[in-house]
Amino acid sequence: MKLASRRKKGCVVTYFAPTTLDDALKLLRDQPLDVVAGCTDYFPTRTQAPFTRGILDVSKIAGLQGISALDDGIRIGAATRWSDIARTTLPGSWAGLQAAARQVGSLQIQNAGTVGGNICNASPAADGMPPLLTLNATVEIQGPNGVRHLPLAEFVTGVRQTDLQPGELVVALHIPNLPTHSHGAFEKLGSRRYLVISVTMVAVVIACDAAGRIEFARVAVGACSPVAQRLHDLEVNLIGQTAQEACITPDDLQGLSPISDLRASAEFRLDAVAEQIRRALLKASLTNG
Amino acid sequence: MDKHLHHISLNGREVTVDPAVGDRLSHTLREDLHQLDVKIGCDAGDCGACTVLVDGDPICACLMPTHQAIGKQVETLAGMSEIDPIAGKLMDSFQHHGAAQCGVCTPGMLTTAVALLRENPTPSSAQVEDALGGVLCRCTGYRKIIDAVVDTGAAPCDLEGNGHVGDAIQRLDGADKVTGTELFGDDVAPRDALVIAVIRSPFPRAKFAFGGLDEWVKATDGISAVLTHADVPGQNVFGVIPDFADQPVFAETETRFRGEAVAAVIGTHQVMQNFAAETFPVTWTQLHAVETVTEALDVTAPQLHLGRDGNVMCGGYVTTGDPQTALKDADVIVQGRFQTGFVEHAYIEPEAGFAQMVDGRIEVHACTQAPVMDLDALEIILGWDRKDIRILPTAVGGGFGAKLDLSVQPYLALAAIKTGKPVRIAYSRMESMQSSTKRHPSDITLKIGATAKGRIKGFDFLGHFNTGAYASWGPTVANRVPVHASGPYQIDDYRAESVGVHTHNPPAGAFRGFGVPQSAIAQESLFDELADKLGMDRLEFRMLNALDNHVPTVCGQRFEQGVGIKSCFAALRKPWDEHRAKCDQFNRDNDVLKRGVGIAGGWYGCGNTSLPNPSTIKAGIKADGSVVLHQGAMDIGQGANTVITQIFATALGVPVHQITLVGADTDQTPDAGKTSASRQTYVSGNAARLSGEAMRAQLLQRANAAKGSKIEITQGVIQFSGEHGETVIDVSGLPVDHQGYVFVSEETYDPPTKPLDENGQGAPYAQFGYAAHLVTVEVDTRLGTVKPLLFVAAHDVGKAINPTLVEGQVQGGIAQGLGMTLMEEYIPGRTENLHDYLIPTMGDVPPIETIIIEEPDAHGPYGAKGLGEHVLIPTAPAILNAIKDATGVRLYQVPATPARVRAAIKEYANGK
Ligand SMILES: Cc1cc2nc3c(=O)[nH]c(=O)nc-3n(C[C@H](O)[C@H](O)[C@H](O)COP(=O)(O)OP(=O)(O)OC[C@H]3O[C@@H](n4cnc5c(N)ncnc54)[C@H](O)[C@@H]3O)c2cc1C
Ligand code: FES
Ligand code: FES
Repeated sequence: MKLASRRKKGCVVTYFAPTTLDDALKLLRDQPLDVVAGCTDYFPTRTQAPFTRGILDVSKIAGLQGISALDDGIRIGAATRWSDIARTTLPGSWAGLQAAARQVGSLQIQNAGTVGGNICNASPAADGMPPLLTLNATVEIQGPNGVRHLPLAEFVTGVRQTDLQPGELVVALHIPNLPTHSHGAFEKLGSRRYLVISVTMVAVVIACDAAGRIEFARVAVGACSPVAQRLHDLEVNLIGQTAQEACITPDDLQGLSPISDLRASAEFRLDAVAEQIRRALLKASLTNG
Repeated sequence: MDKHLHHISLNGREVTVDPAVGDRLSHTLREDLHQLDVKIGCDAGDCGACTVLVDGDPICACLMPTHQAIGKQVETLAGMSEIDPIAGKLMDSFQHHGAAQCGVCTPGMLTTAVALLRENPTPSSAQVEDALGGVLCRCTGYRKIIDAVVDTGAAPCDLEGNGHVGDAIQRLDGADKVTGTELFGDDVAPRDALVIAVIRSPFPRAKFAFGGLDEWVKATDGISAVLTHADVPGQNVFGVIPDFADQPVFAETETRFRGEAVAAVIGTHQVMQNFAAETFPVTWTQLHAVETVTEALDVTAPQLHLGRDGNVMCGGYVTTGDPQTALKDADVIVQGRFQTGFVEHAYIEPEAGFAQMVDGRIEVHACTQAPVMDLDALEIILGWDRKDIRILPTAVGGGFGAKLDLSVQPYLALAAIKTGKPVRIAYSRMESMQSSTKRHPSDITLKIGATAKGRIKGFDFLGHFNTGAYASWGPTVANRVPVHASGPYQIDDYRAESVGVHTHNPPAGAFRGFGVPQSAIAQESLFDELADKLGMDRLEFRMLNALDNHVPTVCGQRFEQGVGIKSCFAALRKPWDEHRAKCDQFNRDNDVLKRGVGIAGGWYGCGNTSLPNPSTIKAGIKADGSVVLHQGAMDIGQGANTVITQIFATALGVPVHQITLVGADTDQTPDAGKTSASRQTYVSGNAARLSGEAMRAQLLQRANAAKGSKIEITQGVIQFSGEHGETVIDVSGLPVDHQGYVFVSEETYDPPTKPLDENGQGAPYAQFGYAAHLVTVEVDTRLGTVKPLLFVAAHDVGKAINPTLVEGQVQGGIAQGLGMTLMEEYIPGRTENLHDYLIPTMGDVPPIETIIIEEPDAHGPYGAKGLGEHVLIPTAPAILNAIKDATGVRLYQVPATPARVRAAIKEYANGK
């Protein structure tokens, strides 16, 4: 479990790759450590400066890997890689999350990057967030004070900010069961085909009745506010409409507060998001049933 | 120190590793396990060059802690190339298709493709794109890579015939590229050489002061020395154009761009791995900087260089006829203002190299496009005799113009001299992007008139080019633009003026096309506007005005032969009609997605503008009959090694595979000039032809053989058969010179040009190459995304010395043109990495059909013309014209990002 110590300028830093959660939590309690999983966010944001803290690698901890069925839903281990999510056979409501998984960076990134890393990194442009919000994911956290569960929307609190407390790890995400006839979709907009951070993205999960009218709707938008968010009012308005006729008004997008940056203007983002919602609804409705 | 040894299975062998905390697998593989086939292009997951397979899955080795790979199976190209049958077939397919140009992305492409093929032996193009989309290539335009993967296992096609001019043979230097054994800038140093880190300005303009450097060196473990301007023994200045040399190796009092060097630190490999530049004792005072042309031209602006008043570096001017009157008399007039930004070369190999002292001489090994120019520059910087300087270029992982300028060379030379030890340096991606030259941002206003019958009548062009902090190739851009801004058309009344302006930005220099791609955007966009205003077919309008033999250019130059632009346009006639009809059909059925077709033409003069630019090629035959070609023209992926050898072999009359290549090395190869201005095939190719012909003449004379005799060279014997019958000379007994040659030929070629007068009239180039592109795009009118669906590119290359390499240049150039049009913009401080600076990925470049036109040129070797830069000149305007065709919206600024396209569409819809 303890993989190396190297004396660097007097301080000993160690790379830990524990295999049990208890060991991991104990290590975290004892010393300041950088927590890593796939390192696809960790390394690019590091400077060349020496490592003054040790590293806690969560990728080998039993129970943090893989997707498993629970009585009332499905559990994804925090260290589950995007490529594992993409490859697993899952209910139709997960189609949005699976589509997002296939569009995170590149295959190389999907083979290393994890869903836990994505939410803990708390980037406004994290592709995992909108689909996980539409799946009503809750975050299972373990720490010095035991286990707690937090809705994802409360877990990510701001740009690069989460509710994670010192000594805590994200262990898993829990996805409650959804109507069996519901279906998800994901729309990502960027300036090129692969390896692109989203300008905006939208995820939906909807279920329609026999006449094609929406009877269950969840819509979430990313990269248009500090934290990706559900559009609850719109979800209510969509009930009873068909995906084809659904009309997205500026009012529906009022909760969003996009910024203008290198990638696009705020105005463009709002404009694009309305269209992406329409398309995602259509996509989800076509595969419904 | 206590040891913590761990095992990794590397290419099937158990190896032990002892990584430090935070060591990346890429680092361990390269530095500790000498696995140099693992390339580093960004160290951040953005380029995929470092891709290895871990337990069968492709991952970026630069993002995996070595500790995470412990106990796992790691596969790299070098391992696969030896034993993996799939890799073997794939490598053959890469060679056959010409899928490796510079070869630096090739290891990442191949490892990723092997993983795909193991799971799916017969992938579709789309599956290849999904799998390989995480590996960037800046040279090939990806299509040949896709083809090579899809065709893996197809019957291999051997090098056929003698490989003479016109044969599509495989690259002669391709084997090392597909096995990953090619050695690039960071692959040649002894691993324990001292490492150099450059200290760079964090501000566009700043004053700085060092604090006790000697004390700092003494107090800091593992640091051997610091270099500043005080350590430059010769002159602290360099520049590619002697009259404009203005860039210091180290800034002395004030920096002029973000990323400019002020000092360099030399230390041990171990210490420098984690050297944090913030700990270096320097204090900065930020000063007011001018970052745009408008700011720089303001009377109150700080002046960047003494003697360049108003921050104007220089300008260029060409005029003929009476443009103002013509415009007044024209029946229709169009005008517009067009803007482009900085474009980064983004070769996948950051600048790197190694230097050492050998017998009192300095040897610099680095990636470069211009070894002799590097030598010239070091002669001045070091103040040394040039015979004591040797430049040994490494393989070059892409250049596209920026590796013409010095980068790592002076730091390497100064550090090796100061320490007396071998030293190495490899730029980080950010350093490379901050400090290397860029394509010039342009701000162009253009007005063009025409008669009702569709003949151009009056052309008035003014272009401001942001040349950044130093001149670099700015003067060349300023000269070339007015000569080329007409495009390949007959324009009797013409005025074009360019102004190069200094700003506090990285120096803008040479980038495929020297400013011509920017001017072509303005000219070719307005040609469409003119044709539309006249109600003429856009292709017909261009045909009508196109240059031809005997017709004067805007410089008054008349070519008696070889003007191929009409043939290029003619070749597009059928695809133009077909694809327009298809788009009309599509648009009738679709409201949100709209398709359009665009065309544009272009031309480009090969070689220096009205200046001498000779190349010399030397060859020798040894007593054992081996033929050696001293080929100093840098092959930066474009294929000079292959093309020049094919030309030489043809001239001499022996098969190409009999020739051994030497070079480039300033001790061994005569000066073949720089790899720029699309001059190597034409100029060095001619030198190779002359050298081959001279060798042939010598042999025939010696053997008293008839002129057209067939020459066969075998072990120590040369046989001649022809009209005279058969002769044999035994070379094994002939006297040899100091290099072991029994016959030597060394020939020089310099293109015939004439200086331009004050109106830009003269004969700037001995030949032009011509091109016309057609593109179909699909615009998502609601999201503003533009997706090119196909290109047809007609290129007049005079004679395709190697058709596969021609296609490779065309596809690679189009990909760069596409990037510049749709996504690329370098903004200092904001897009200094490949995460934020986006270049096209495998999924962004559509199929490209290349139509090779051969209008032989009287000056070119076997009629050949240059090609490299021509390619991306028509690409951008063709795409912009296609967007207009699809949506009715004309874009005046690139990159045409989704946000800009969508905004223009909305504005257009509101105005309608
Ligand atoms: C080239 C490239 C392209 C990318 N493209 C995309 C993209 O298209 N879309 C996208 O959303 N993202 C993208 N990313 C970002 C990144 O890949 C994802 O966010 C990924 O999911 C991060 O996961 P990881 O396991 O690599 O995180 P790491 O880098 O290992 O960790 C990220 C952060 O999360 C913390 N953390 C990780 N696991 C836990 C845990 N179990 N408990 C507590 N804290 C934890 C770490 O401490 C760290 O702060 C890209 C990254 C790169 C390098
Ligand atoms: S070097 Fe690893 S992805 Fe670029
Ligand atoms: S061949 Fe791909 S980067 Fe040069």
